[in-house]
Amino acid sequence: MRNRKLTPYVLVLPAWTWLALFFVVPIGGMLSLSLTTGNVITGFQQTFEVGNYADAIGTYWEQILRSLLYGGCATLVCIAIGYPMAYWIAFRGGAYKSTYLLLLLLPFFVSFVLRTISWRFFLSDNGVVLGAFKDLGLLPEGFAVLNTAPAVILGLAYNFLPFMVLPIYAVLERMDPHLVEAAHDLYSDRLRAFVHVILPVSLPGVFAGVLMTFIPTSADYVNASVLGGTHNTMIGNVIQTQYLVNNNYPIAASITFVLMGLLLIGIFSYARALGTERVMEVHTS
Amino acid sequence: METAAARQPAISLEGVFKSFRSGSETVNAVDGVDLAIEQGEFFSLLGPSGCGKTTTMRMIAGFEEPTRGVVRLNGRDVTGVPANRRDVNMVFQSYALFPHMNVADNVAFGLKRKGVAKGEIGRRVGEMLELVELGHRAKHRPAQLSGGQQQRVALARALVNQPAALLLDEPLGALDLKLRQAMQVELKRIQREVGITFVYVTHDQGEALTMSDRIAVMNHGRVEQLGTPAQVYERPATRFVADFIGTSNLVKGTVLGESGGVWRVEVADGATALLADLPEALAAQGPGAVGSAVYLTVRPEKIGIGAERPGEGVSAVPGTVTETVYLGSATHYQVDIGGGESVTVYLQNSSDSALAAGRGDHVWLSWPAHHSYPLLA
Ligand SMILES: Nc1ncnc2c1ncn2[C@@H]1O[C@H](COP(=O)(O)OP(=O)(O)OP(=O)(O)O)[C@@H](O)[C@H]1O
Ligand SMILES: [Mg+2]
Repeated sequence: MRNRKLTPYVLVLPAWTWLALFFVVPIGGMLSLSLTTGNVITGFQQTFEVGNYADAIGTYWEQILRSLLYGGCATLVCIAIGYPMAYWIAFRGGAYKSTYLLLLLLPFFVSFVLRTISWRFFLSDNGVVLGAFKDLGLLPEGFAVLNTAPAVILGLAYNFLPFMVLPIYAVLERMDPHLVEAAHDLYSDRLRAFVHVILPVSLPGVFAGVLMTFIPTSADYVNASVLGGTHNTMIGNVIQTQYLVNNNYPIAASITFVLMGLLLIGIFSYARALGTERVMEVHTS
Repeated sequence: METAAARQPAISLEGVFKSFRSGSETVNAVDGVDLAIEQGEFFSLLGPSGCGKTTTMRMIAGFEEPTRGVVRLNGRDVTGVPANRRDVNMVFQSYALFPHMNVADNVAFGLKRKGVAKGEIGRRVGEMLELVELGHRAKHRPAQLSGGQQQRVALARALVNQPAALLLDEPLGALDLKLRQAMQVELKRIQREVGITFVYVTHDQGEALTMSDRIAVMNHGRVEQLGTPAQVYERPATRFVADFIGTSNLVKGTVLGESGGVWRVEVADGATALLADLPEALAAQGPGAVGSAVYLTVRPEKIGIGAERPGEGVSAVPGTVTETVYLGSATHYQVDIGGGESVTVYLQNSSDSALAAGRGDHVWLSWPAHHSYPLLA
């Protein structure tokens, strides 16, 4: 009998160990690090220095806001491109659905950094795209995309597009096709069937997609450093520099927590606005 | 004009064909169907899996277009008109309730799209939920309802639009037996109350027999027989119908001759069965029909069992009981009549009679001429 009672705890042990080792311990360590003072030479002392946070926000509020803005824009671009893609594959893909999904993922077998660097060539001032338009006289000579905000946003959107497409696709694919027929049967043309049935039923997929693109894009630093030049640094770049270049661990850690806090607040208010009940429900029938 | 329109069939299919291409093959799902479904009728499409019932119904709803032929609603040709502009509504087997809306919003969906005034929508939705006895569930989500309740929401969502006809594709298929039977009664009541034409797809012959005004029995994309439940049960037009509806004994025989308007047929090992008439093709030959092969069909409950040879004027076939199955209110017998043929008999267990016969007993089977009917061999 005693063994019986213990069984559930034994079964969840691996999961709890995993969480403790790879989540609680690092987060705890980071939290304590963010409250220390000192430097690499003299060492860091635990002083519960809350001023690190004020410092971080005061100095880097601009990069923080820019990160949220770029992440938000990239997420919107992902929805605008990703929703129609997912819709098309789910409803029009026929027997080739998995082929289209593979094509969508194919570029992502190449390293993240290499993919981003290739966009440098693609977007360069006289490269394949801009060069051709300039030769045709469709764009002014001085026009540039590289090292501007749109370049970073485009790069982010490109790199995280599948994270938007896949969850939306999963919901649409699983949706009962009779739901759409029922909408038509009840006097809806295609637009109204989309607005009143398909879109609302697929919202949980969009919600998941937004989480999976907004969080990593706002924290990204590769796209900003490869495509953004010097004037478009994001908070990820700051964290990277503080950690690896300046070795200012307390500041780097406190910026990290500020970003995390902002993202959590954002996500919860977003879930609230959409209606949690609606978003958390998984519709199958 | 008014009366002329009212006399039109609610739905008519004229020479309708539908084929699907799957890979290199062409499937003729519906292979030449002509039907006229009358106003206010409870009409069933009955047939085995894959016979084209759903496809027929989807062509009426507008989800499929016929490869050939014409579909009419109240006399108007609607071939090519999309589903959202046809005045029929469908109840799906999976119900297809909108999961993101509560019960009342589901039911109001069609009226809202039609632009009916808000106050009237509220009133009609309320009435409809009362009719299906779900008034107290108006604010629930479909996922919070039982299967039977979801079924009634689906029904209300379609009926509230007061369509020219309601199409139901195996609507009770997902329910357990008890609930199914309760819903059959319920559906019949609702249909009587609203007076709307119901087209009901089912592969359950019992369901079709109990509920329908008329039944179209389908097989391989064609209508094998069209008639009232009694006609289809008592006088199946083809071997398929005889087999598919209820249990039927099919006995091979040879026409011996006619006397006094009754045909004598030799069955099994020299026994004589009687037929009130012959298949038209044979009857047309008159005396030339003698010697022709014919199938004789008789329902198990029409046959009597006795120890003595019955008198003249009934079919009399001797045999040996090979199996008895006691079912409480009735007993089923399997009787070997020779010639490799076996006949099933259902007898009611009336209060005073013990078992009519036991295994191994030699018995006489008898039934009146008008209870067996002929089918072409
Ligand atoms: N969209 C389609 N593509 C290809 N073949 C189809 C399609 N729809 C139906 N069929 C074929 O047409 C035939 C009739 O199908 P239908 O669904 O009308 O049968 P049913 O009588 O409703 O059967 P069930 O009782 O199993 O529902 C079947 O052989 C089926 O495989
Ligand atoms: Mg079917």
